[in-house]
Amino acid sequence: MCGIVGLFAKRPEMEAALGQHLAAMLSEMTERGPDSAGFAVYRDAAAAGQTKLTLLAVSEHYDWAALVSDLAAQIGCTPTLSAYQNHAVLVASADAAMLRASIAAYDPDLRILCSGSAIEIFKEKGLPRQVIERFGLQDFKGTHALGHTRMATESAVTTEHSHPFSTGEDLCLVHNGSLSNHNRLRRKLERLGVSFATDNDSEVAAGYLTWRLREGDSLEMALHHALDDLDGFFTFAIGTRDGFAVMRDPIACKPAIIGETDDWVAMASEYRAIAVLPGAENARVWEPEPARIYAWSHQVNDVAPTSSTTTATLARATA
Amino acid sequence: MHAPSEGALKQTAAEATEIDLRHQSVRNLNLALHAHNGTNAPARYEVTHPRGLHNLAVGLDAPIAVNIDGAVGYYCAGMNKSAEVTVLGNAGPGVAENMMSGRVVIKGDASQYAGATGHGGLLLIEGNASARCGISMKGIDIVVRGNVGHMSAFMAQSGRLVVCGDVGDALGDSLYEARIYVRGRVASLGADCIEKAMRPEHIQELTELLAAAGITEYAVTEFRRYGSARTLYNFNVDNVDAY
Repeated sequence: MCGIVGLFAKRPEMEAALGQHLAAMLSEMTERGPDSAGFAVYRDAAAAGQTKLTLLAVSEHYDWAALVSDLAAQIGCTPTLSAYQNHAVLVASADAAMLRASIAAYDPDLRILCSGSAIEIFKEKGLPRQVIERFGLQDFKGTHALGHTRMATESAVTTEHSHPFSTGEDLCLVHNGSLSNHNRLRRKLERLGVSFATDNDSEVAAGYLTWRLREGDSLEMALHHALDDLDGFFTFAIGTRDGFAVMRDPIACKPAIIGETDDWVAMASEYRAIAVLPGAENARVWEPEPARIYAWSHQVNDVAPTSSTTTATLARATA
Repeated sequence: MHAPSEGALKQTAAEATEIDLRHQSVRNLNLALHAHNGTNAPARYEVTHPRGLHNLAVGLDAPIAVNIDGAVGYYCAGMNKSAEVTVLGNAGPGVAENMMSGRVVIKGDASQYAGATGHGGLLLIEGNASARCGISMKGIDIVVRGNVGHMSAFMAQSGRLVVCGDVGDALGDSLYEARIYVRGRVASLGADCIEKAMRPEHIQELTELLAAAGITEYAVTEFRRYGSARTLYNFNVDNVDAY
């Protein structure tokens, strides 16, 4: 099963309460995914020349201060770090590649969940309520966010197997469904230089998008290629720097619903996750069509599909 | 034990019993409705704040009327017999699944496999229905004022599907004896589904179905009829490409 939710704020008041609303949506999806939960929030964009990373340590008592000291020596300036038990958000005046190399040199067991300027990813085993409380999601402010509740079918229940998965700078993916050709595709992508942390099928979808984007595809083109190359069932929500996109496979067994008001755009596996949002009873609500890309962005002409075959609903932000 | 506590039930105008799902569980709602099962006395219920909850008003077996004031989740009005269930909003997947008789009306859109495996009664969807509407239908009548998605009436055995709007891909794939009437555009027909002539008995049957659904804005002559070519009833190696 699995549940996915996405929320895009169209007004500053919604941005201020983004975490609270996403937490309510995620909690509604508890029955669809009691094994683990995770969310990606886009907030507090790093300044030009800076990179933001979310790190995952094996221990809840990780010595983050020691990491900061070591990185300061390696890169020549002191990063800022906010610790959330085994997660930490680190911002440094260095590019992503340099930071990744420096962190790997310091502690190869430290996982980098995502990198970019605004994205932060938190995920953990347990019920959504537990994961929400652990990281204090209710207090997060931000422009947009995605969440996932997992009912594991293809691989083990661990933090690393949880969603969202990073697919590139400021990009992430959550998935409801199951892919049937993920082993073959993983081997192909590994030969092409994409690395994987787990044997999870959804991580292969994320790796696939990473590879297509690296090859120069726009997000829209990458998703079109995914329709050809991914075999299986999926509803995807893809977080981007300025918004998010939604795509279902052509068979469309896996549910999805989208709602929109003047204040927000939301997507979810089920309407009950949208019903908790303010003004939901008057929202325009519809089911996304199979094999069609829907995208929202705070910037016009960002990831919005332009071809006539994938007419998008583009919500322009007031900000 | 078969009804919610006294305080939760509020008599409203016209003797309808109101059940507010902010304060009552889905189980209590269904227990209250099931208390009528097997009886013939009419009754009316107003269900408020459904908030996309699942399994509302399932397994009814009495001539009662249930209005649900908002959007419902999965499997609303499943297995319905004799009752009239009206949803003043959208319905999630599997609405009126395996319906036996009675009438289910969705004022908004219905999600996938609406009316699946239904044996009888009328399912009226005032908005659109998505994929697999009427899959494996077995005698139910389904009338959709809007469009339906792909694979609708897949393996439909009997009953009638009327679509006033457009139809997605693979309509009536592997169809048996259900009859399909479409007013709009059909994206593609499924294996063994063909267009057939509208004979007088079909015009009469469609007239009756539209009247039963309260649809007066469309003329019967605007519809086309689709049915089974009956070449897939038994396996024939010449048809292997159609599978």
